[in-house]
Amino acid sequence: MLPHGFIPHMPILAIRVRNLVKTYPGRDGPVEAVRGIDLEIPEGECFGLLGPNGAGKTTTVEIMEGLNRPTSGEVEILGMNWGSNERAIRQRIGVTLQETRFPDKATVFETVRLFRSFYQAGLEPNDVLARVALESKANSFVEQLSGGQQRRLAVAVSLVGDPSVLFFDEPTTGLDPQSRRQLWDLIRDLRDRGRTSILTTHYMDEAERLCDRVAVIDQGRVIALGSPAELIARLGGEHIVEFALATDGVTTPIDPEQFASLDTVLATRAEGDGFALTVGEPHRAIPALLDRLEDFDRPLVRLTTRQVSLEDVFVSLTGRHLRDDEPSEVDAAKNGRKSRRGRKRSRGV
Amino acid sequence: MSDLYQLASLKELYFSRLREFYRQPARIFWVYVFPTILAVVLGVAFQSRTQNTVQVDLIENASTDSLKRSLEAFQPEADKLELPKIEYKILPAEQAIKRLKTGKTPLVVEPTISPPLIYHYDPTRPEAATARAVFDDEIQRAAGRKDPISVRDEKLKEPGARYIDFLIPGLIALNTMGGGLWGVGFLLVNFRIAKLLKRFCATPMPRRNFLLAVLGARLTFLIPDVGVLLAMGVFAFHMPMRGDLFTLIIVELFGALAFAGIGLLVASRATTTETVSGLMNLVMVPMWLLSGVFFSSERFPAAMQPFVQALPLTQLVDALRRILLEGAGLASVAGSLAILAAWAIGTFLIALKLFKWT
Repeated sequence: MLPHGFIPHMPILAIRVRNLVKTYPGRDGPVEAVRGIDLEIPEGECFGLLGPNGAGKTTTVEIMEGLNRPTSGEVEILGMNWGSNERAIRQRIGVTLQETRFPDKATVFETVRLFRSFYQAGLEPNDVLARVALESKANSFVEQLSGGQQRRLAVAVSLVGDPSVLFFDEPTTGLDPQSRRQLWDLIRDLRDRGRTSILTTHYMDEAERLCDRVAVIDQGRVIALGSPAELIARLGGEHIVEFALATDGVTTPIDPEQFASLDTVLATRAEGDGFALTVGEPHRAIPALLDRLEDFDRPLVRLTTRQVSLEDVFVSLTGRHLRDDEPSEVDAAKNGRKSRRGRKRSRGV
Repeated sequence: MSDLYQLASLKELYFSRLREFYRQPARIFWVYVFPTILAVVLGVAFQSRTQNTVQVDLIENASTDSLKRSLEAFQPEADKLELPKIEYKILPAEQAIKRLKTGKTPLVVEPTISPPLIYHYDPTRPEAATARAVFDDEIQRAAGRKDPISVRDEKLKEPGARYIDFLIPGLIALNTMGGGLWGVGFLLVNFRIAKLLKRFCATPMPRRNFLLAVLGARLTFLIPDVGVLLAMGVFAFHMPMRGDLFTLIIVELFGALAFAGIGLLVASRATTTETVSGLMNLVMVPMWLLSGVFFSSERFPAAMQPFVQALPLTQLVDALRRILLEGAGLASVAGSLAILAAWAIGTFLIALKLFKWT
């Protein structure tokens, strides 16, 4: 392999996906898992596919990986397409599936060595194990590994062919915090080495920390695309104020719209048992809110503020949460325009 | 050659299959220990079943003593003629008849005045009829009967005609069937469930290498699978080996490929262990029963014979028996080889069409 780093080159696309559609035959007519996705991912980027379960993330990634055929549309990996260059593409990609159970009675080293033998060129099994911090487990049977260690083994196996493009399908789902952080470090390290990573996740914080850009996917479509900061900026505010009022037996429902006119409030929505306000400047919005609450004669039971996250982006775009089906009404965008006065800066949306 | 690295993947896949096998003690039990125990138990059970003793109840009354004396007086003569030994219990009439009715004794002999003897027995029980014939023969001889025709008994003790000789080729074939279905079918479904098949598909490794490695490992394990049972038969039970080893290996190879093909077919779509276990039982149980492993398949009615003979296990059992016990050569088992080959080719072609990798 050529050394990476100082060779000047035009930014090439690691992945190009055009008008991707995947329809499965279903019991009640065809199910459209992917309904026309276009993506262009340059080399060296860490790209996230974000969306709730069943949004079509895994189907999209498996089509990119050549493990699933699209109903229509085009996929190019490093300028090659699956139809004519399958073997060549496979030499250059690494895949971590959502879950792989490697044979119990093989050792960690044997498992990595087996996969190394599939590639024309690649890394030493021991070096790969060192990168995922499994070198002390080299001679353990796979069955003796913890869940996090097994996941790291799966990553080691995907690295052993020294791929240019890596796919991670929900790499940290179900992992303990320490294992998650180890995997995050590994994915950052790959970006530092100039590799392209594509990961799917339904964890907001994961996408915000790791990804250069994310595509928010819902019901088989890309509903937003950009860097995490851009997407957050599109909501207008930087902060979320959440509060709840006491409910003593009989309560008349409160329309969140009533808070829309408060100072620097950009959007409002009912959120669980309370309300969430997207605000530009909390130090102005909160006193105004407390003033308004005087009118209700119902004590405040909760008041918190936090930074806007990708989760809020998703909720504002779809009216649903990413991780569960908790309903939440959205009164977002329509209130955005009249409350722009509190906004400090605006990023190109 | 740029494809040389693919040989390395074939080698790695093959050795990883071998390692996985011998690291699983449970599999070693089912493949080697269990058939050995089966052979020993069945071999011993059927070997000791010689009818050298007949058990009889005598009813106790005034005439019992004279009957007993005449049996005792005849004993030396009976031993000389190697007649079956008669063991008797003397019991009150009521108790003896009860024992007969509950199947605890095959024959109750009641000495009376006229006629001197009454036999109580159930003629539908084979051992009752035998006991009556043996007892009657002996008591008539004791009473001085002279046979008008003199005969001589040639008792068959030759290896090859005993039940154990019949059984061992059957067990070898059964092991070959189990190896194909478990070692190929069950294994592949487990790989599919573990998403390993999918993971392999995501690598540049050609799928054919994976299948070749599984098949190669299966054929490698044929050597101990067959060897252990064959050695036990020859050394522990003195089973004859009249045919040549080469013919035996060819037949086993064809049999193993036929069952590997069936294993592949069974595994081609199943995505749960329940499905594949059900399918494997659907394939194996009829063959356990019909293919003549434990008793001759000739016993089934003529109308069933075309079906029974078309089963791969029937052909494998039959060919192995003819090689081992009758010394058949390659030419005379050609028919069996053809049927096994047809199974192997047919199932592989269908399975590769149906097989789901991802």
